[in-house]
Amino acid sequence: MDASRESVLAKFTEVGYIADPQLATAVSLMERLKRPLLLEGDAGVGKTEVAKSLATVLDCPLIRLQCYEGLDAHTAVYEWNYQRQLLAIKIWEDEHLSATEKEKHIFDREFLLERPLLQAITMEQKPVLLIDEIDRADEEFEAYLLEVLSDFQISIPELGTIKATSIPYVILTSNGTRELSDALRRRCLYHYVDYPSEDKELRIINARLPEVDQALAGQIVGFVHALRKEDLRKKPGIAETLDWAAALVGIGITNLQGDTEAVHDTLLCLLKTREDQQQMPIEVVERLIGKVA
Amino acid sequence: MAGFVRALRNSGFVVGVRELLDATEVVNDNGWSRPPLLRDAWRALLCTRLADWQRFDELFDAYWLRHGIQRNARVSGMSNRASQRKTLNDLGGNGGQWKVDHVEDGGDEGRATESETRSEGASRSESLETMDMRHVHDPEQLEQAYLVAEQLAKQMHHRLARRDRATQRGRRLDLRRVIRRSIGFGGTPIRLAFRHRPPKPLRLVMLMDASGSMNQYGAFFLRFMRGVLDTFREADAFVFHTRLIQISEVMRDRNPQKAMERLSLMTTGWSGGTRIGDCLKSFNRHHAKHVLNGRTVVMILSDGYDTNPPEILSAELACIKRRAKRLVWLNPMMGWKGYQPVAKGMNAALPHIDLLAPAHNLKSLAALEPYLAKL
Repeated sequence: MDASRESVLAKFTEVGYIADPQLATAVSLMERLKRPLLLEGDAGVGKTEVAKSLATVLDCPLIRLQCYEGLDAHTAVYEWNYQRQLLAIKIWEDEHLSATEKEKHIFDREFLLERPLLQAITMEQKPVLLIDEIDRADEEFEAYLLEVLSDFQISIPELGTIKATSIPYVILTSNGTRELSDALRRRCLYHYVDYPSEDKELRIINARLPEVDQALAGQIVGFVHALRKEDLRKKPGIAETLDWAAALVGIGITNLQGDTEAVHDTLLCLLKTREDQQQMPIEVVERLIGKVA
Repeated sequence: MAGFVRALRNSGFVVGVRELLDATEVVNDNGWSRPPLLRDAWRALLCTRLADWQRFDELFDAYWLRHGIQRNARVSGMSNRASQRKTLNDLGGNGGQWKVDHVEDGGDEGRATESETRSEGASRSESLETMDMRHVHDPEQLEQAYLVAEQLAKQMHHRLARRDRATQRGRRLDLRRVIRRSIGFGGTPIRLAFRHRPPKPLRLVMLMDASGSMNQYGAFFLRFMRGVLDTFREADAFVFHTRLIQISEVMRDRNPQKAMERLSLMTTGWSGGTRIGDCLKSFNRHHAKHVLNGRTVVMILSDGYDTNPPEILSAELACIKRRAKRLVWLNPMMGWKGYQPVAKGMNAALPHIDLLAPAHNLKSLAALEPYLAKL
């Protein structure tokens, strides 16, 4: 990959992701220093999208590991294919092989199910490995992950150590439901993904939904920004803005001021808790629209 | 370079040797040495959390461009100012009072002597266990109370961990081992193997009322919270009065003197009635999603005197209840003779609470252990 910051920026823009220069710097450093990138930020600000866009930019596969509480090595690294193993033992029952030989067969590579982590380090081509919401996994898994990310090798008792054939681009995302360990943080490059500025959000809408009229896009962005300043439980993210823009276009609204009631009805795209919806009666919506128009 | 990294470390950044080497490598690379680029590159490399991210520019400018203030100087100067302000800083070392009000003057003198005579019984620690903590003022006695509280927290943790492991043995088949063992029998699984995942221990979140009415118990509870934070694998602590503040980070400071200084700085200027409702609201809004999960026990240490309307308290408690496993309210006044939970706040809270218990002495805290162990 051409690692200069400007080229990274341009490539991201090409695939429809509007990155800021700092993110571009971090991405090019990832390549240079072979470190994973840790992305933090509120839900819906486009953390996962970074990994997807990077995979498109580099034209390589994206391997995604979604973390959750209780995630263990069997779902993240590898697992033996027990059904096939049992079948194989039955088939070889009549052949006169010693138990050791049979065992060797059973624990052959062909009976191994590769899970995301193992898959990522054994690919021919460097993939993008997205470890999503790492904060949801347990501390034990985090420690294990740290080991894999620094050595890029995985040991399987029955097979031996598998070394990485390619070192993947690793992107970790965190929502901050749990404090990550200092060791993991230190190992990673860090980027905080914030809510976009008005200008940036406008460019995102233009890139993603070219069918939205310029004036309407401006109003949408202004309204969402005003909404984020309100005291809400869950601030709308970029994904919500895009949903809402698509919804407005879908029901044929070209100007927010024209039909306040319809706008109010579509707010379910932006406000995702009951308290927030109660806090935004039609009068408040009208006031906010008045401000941005 | 090393100087800059040292400055960052002083400000709480986690920077290792590898990072220093990588940072130097970036400088030596021609493509990167332009200042604006370098700033971004180092930011990505040297920051590890949001707090770092927000302060990096300031520190970078302060060190390399020599403008802006040296934050470190301010931190070390804290102690002077903190000791001048008469607040919570007497709490730590010598077992002073919660706030500097001299409670033992006047009317309380009688009680103080009473407690002293009691403590001369057969076993000093035994009598301390049942003594109401608001009557304990002698620094030495209070210090002993601290130790017992810490010990209890440790015991509680120990029990929890062990009981967790004893149950649930062998609920799921460990197919991997079963197959391995079956090879010797021609593929018939005769000897079975089981797997068990010990359930994770409880998470404890404590919210302590630091209002005037809870004054006398402050030092005692703080010591208890410290014990819990040190010994539980996952715990968080908050204090509230008119505002809510997360204090787990501060309390975990290894230097107790420094911890108390920081705590006192954070809580200066608090006055007026306790706004429990508002504080819980801000807890729900800002902290709940980070600190609560399905195996969290929320422990509120308060007397329930709230200046907010009780509806707010009720609604917010319901919200906490939805997110946590159990909601425990510890009210020191429960230990007083003839006390009835008549405070409006307390009444509003009752329907949402799983356990309302006294917490006026060491024994009452110890009584919590069996309850927590059952969960």
